[in-house]
Amino acid sequence: MNENKVIQVEGLTKKFGDFTAVNAITFDVEKGEVFGFLGANGAGKTTAMKMLIGISNPTSGKATVAGFDVFTHAEDIKKNIGYMSQKFALYDDLTVQENITFFGGIYGLSRDRIKEKSEALIQELGLEKVAKQLVGSLPLGWKQKLSFSVSLIHDPKIVFLDEPTGGVDPITRRQFWEMIYKASHQGTTVFVTTHYMDEAEYCDRVSIMVNGKIEALDTPKKLKEHFKAKNMNDVFLKLARG
Amino acid sequence: MRITISHISKSYKKVKALQDITFEVKPGELFGLIGPDGAGKTTLFRILTTLLFPNEGTAKVAGFDVVADYKKIRNTVGYMPGKFSLYQDLTVEENLNFFATIFGTTVAENYELIKDIYVQLEPFKDRRAGKLSGGMKQKLALCCALIHKPTVLFLDEPTTGVDPVSRKEFWEMLKRLQQKGITILVSTPYMDEAELCDRIALIQNGRILEIDTPKAIVKHYPKQIYNVRSNNMYELINSLKDYEFNHSAYPFGEFVHYTDRRTDFNPMKLKVYLESKNLSNIEIEKTEATIEDTFMELAK
Repeated sequence: MNENKVIQVEGLTKKFGDFTAVNAITFDVEKGEVFGFLGANGAGKTTAMKMLIGISNPTSGKATVAGFDVFTHAEDIKKNIGYMSQKFALYDDLTVQENITFFGGIYGLSRDRIKEKSEALIQELGLEKVAKQLVGSLPLGWKQKLSFSVSLIHDPKIVFLDEPTGGVDPITRRQFWEMIYKASHQGTTVFVTTHYMDEAEYCDRVSIMVNGKIEALDTPKKLKEHFKAKNMNDVFLKLARG
Repeated sequence: MRITISHISKSYKKVKALQDITFEVKPGELFGLIGPDGAGKTTLFRILTTLLFPNEGTAKVAGFDVVADYKKIRNTVGYMPGKFSLYQDLTVEENLNFFATIFGTTVAENYELIKDIYVQLEPFKDRRAGKLSGGMKQKLALCCALIHKPTVLFLDEPTTGVDPVSRKEFWEMLKRLQQKGITILVSTPYMDEAELCDRIALIQNGRILEIDTPKAIVKHYPKQIYNVRSNNMYELINSLKDYEFNHSAYPFGEFVHYTDRRTDFNPMKLKVYLESKNLSNIEIEKTEATIEDTFMELAK
């Protein structure tokens, strides 16, 4: 295995009965890369992502994530990745501190390590004053930033972000992206899905799924050139509308 | 039909959801309420559709007062809430018939208005609403909101979580409805959709930041914005933020949008500074402000 390829996927396929949700997709993601995974509703993004994070068995094909095979070592994958989605992030009825402790425990960090991590994390996010408040009482933008930091608590090789920034204001959204750049700068690979096409332009490379297949994969700049489009939204519309 | 909002305020316990909101939507206008979650968009919609009382202020929809004439408003307007609110266990056709009956009409009577949208749903007319895809649910909800031929349409975040293709189709549908003379108030957290409205109000934390046409709002941006790019995005953002003359620096796709505090800003000097931070392949060029730049400047 190439040390720099933290995700390697070859001919990965998932069928539900007669329906092929993911149709032989092939791609690699490099260490520290910010990789955008785009597609229309129903194109197969979520199914593909579930296979990569080890919670859905592929029908056929090959894939390794963080060096582990998705068929045989799904449990090891889960320990070595972070995951954040808008739908499931933190527990609203636990405090900031309790959430950090809880997720640290889930990922098997020692008590000392959790203490160390949570102090650093709370300080970095400027959450000292609200550390003992319920997460449910925090503004959405704070929750999302906290949720992202928590997904990195065990220093995973890769973090999967499933539509992380929906609904937040533009300033918070940018602070969130600055956190992504920082993680990537420190060598963490970031795999992100989004419906904001302007966010696709923040990614190092972007793949676009249409009807279960990856129909395009390149840097935003090259995709725009190739499709003679002025922005990623136009690229997406050209591809998905055929 | 006109919407007139005059000094509306609304609080939930300590939270001031809306603070002294005043604006008008002209007859036949496609008006956008643009702001993030928690800005107060839904509260305003609920007041205008008579589902919530304001603490202060008055509002009129199609000439009717939202408190005194609430029953008339309910018969006159169409409302598509942000949360999918149709009956999940009724089929597409059953939902439509149900809403038509509630309003004392039939699907046949107003078919002309929903035809364009309904033809896309027709192949699924026997499917339960709960089993539809996101884009299809949204189209059905719009049909149900139109079934009694409303003169004013309220759409609360109709495109949230919907992919760009369905979003584009949805806006094309709105333009066609507008051409039929329906006044439309639509909210969205997507700043790029603002350009598709005749006029917009930018809203955050219960306050209106600005109201105007999208073109005029962008023109009011007070500074010259520069697109800055280099070999390393993370270091670039940090270096720009540390620059002593920095007014703002926000990542914008493959660039950082930078504005400078000085009036006699010289891009060459910035380049020299960035090079001193070990950045390379530096490009600095002028660019136009977007709605999002304006929003961030006003919300600062």
